[in-house]
Amino acid sequence: MLAKVYVTLKNGVLDPQGKAIHHAAETIGYQGIADVRQGKYFEVKLDSTLDESTARAQVEKFAHDVLSNPVIEDYKVEIV
Amino acid sequence: MLTSASARQSVFDVVQSGTSSYLQAKRLNTMKFGVVIFPGSNCDHDTYHVISKVIGQPVDFIWHKQEDVDRFDAIILPGGFSYGDYLRTGAIARFSPVMRAVTEFAQAGGLVLGICNGFQILCEAGLLPGVLLRNRDLKFICEHVNVRVEQTNTAFTNGYAPGQVLSLPVAHGDGNYFCDDATLAELEAENRIIFRYCDAAGNATDAANPNGSLHNIAGICNRERNVLGLMPHPERASESVLGCKDGRAMFLSMAESLREMIKLRA
Repeated sequence: MLAKVYVTLKNGVLDPQGKAIHHAAETIGYQGIADVRQGKYFEVKLDSTLDESTARAQVEKFAHDVLSNPVIEDYKVEIV
Repeated sequence: MLTSASARQSVFDVVQSGTSSYLQAKRLNTMKFGVVIFPGSNCDHDTYHVISKVIGQPVDFIWHKQEDVDRFDAIILPGGFSYGDYLRTGAIARFSPVMRAVTEFAQAGGLVLGICNGFQILCEAGLLPGVLLRNRDLKFICEHVNVRVEQTNTAFTNGYAPGQVLSLPVAHGDGNYFCDDATLAELEAENRIIFRYCDAAGNATDAANPNGSLHNIAGICNRERNVLGLMPHPERASESVLGCKDGRAMFLSMAESLREMIKLRA
């Protein structure tokens, strides 16, 4: 079982890296890119003995406590 | 653990009442500073040098795997790049065994100073509110900046004059202080913004803000005023031979505060 965790900056938190990437895209000539926000993606492999709801609870807690900083970031967990 | 009522006391109130578990736990009459070493710390020896040679106080290193810091009176988390800044600055260091001990030490009223990466670790650990984001212009900044002393009623700044402008070096890529509006209002209302970036005349202007920090924040303390974090490096500005000694009074303030605390518990 694999968990995919997406960590993104909350709305309103300045993302200078995303802005720099957006600016580069405009400089190169890409059309219609309105904004870029940079985030993080984690693949978490889970022990096969865990049932899905336990696994999800574990990964949700892990994402909240470790993978993200709740002051500035949101997270989303997908189990595949 | 302090109760919520006593949590509002300043460190001086705690000292005067003489009732904190921190004071009860201490028996010795000499002060002892501790400087934590994480993998990737790089200002640990500078800090140790200033404590031992410049202000002449007993100091030991504390390895990050150490689980007990009871024999110390003040703990400094030095600058550097703990755990390579992996995940987020200070994020991995927060989970090291020593930080569990430092958290208990801080909650019991012990003095904790976080410099640069130490500030980032204190924020990640929840000992200070907010977070240090990537600098506004994305550049690593390594230069002397002017910093205004906003509050002198802390154990770290009582040797400065209110409003005094210090010249201190900064060296960071992630020093852009951020918190939510409610926290920012609370920091302002409770006089917990201890240092602000300013120009040479002491004006906290946007042009004098090197990294985009909210309200030009360079350093804050916790509600009990025994935990302070700041991005500038006072340990790199404590001797004339290095061109500037504006940082020295921070360590002298700590030593003086500890002397008072020890006098009261004797």
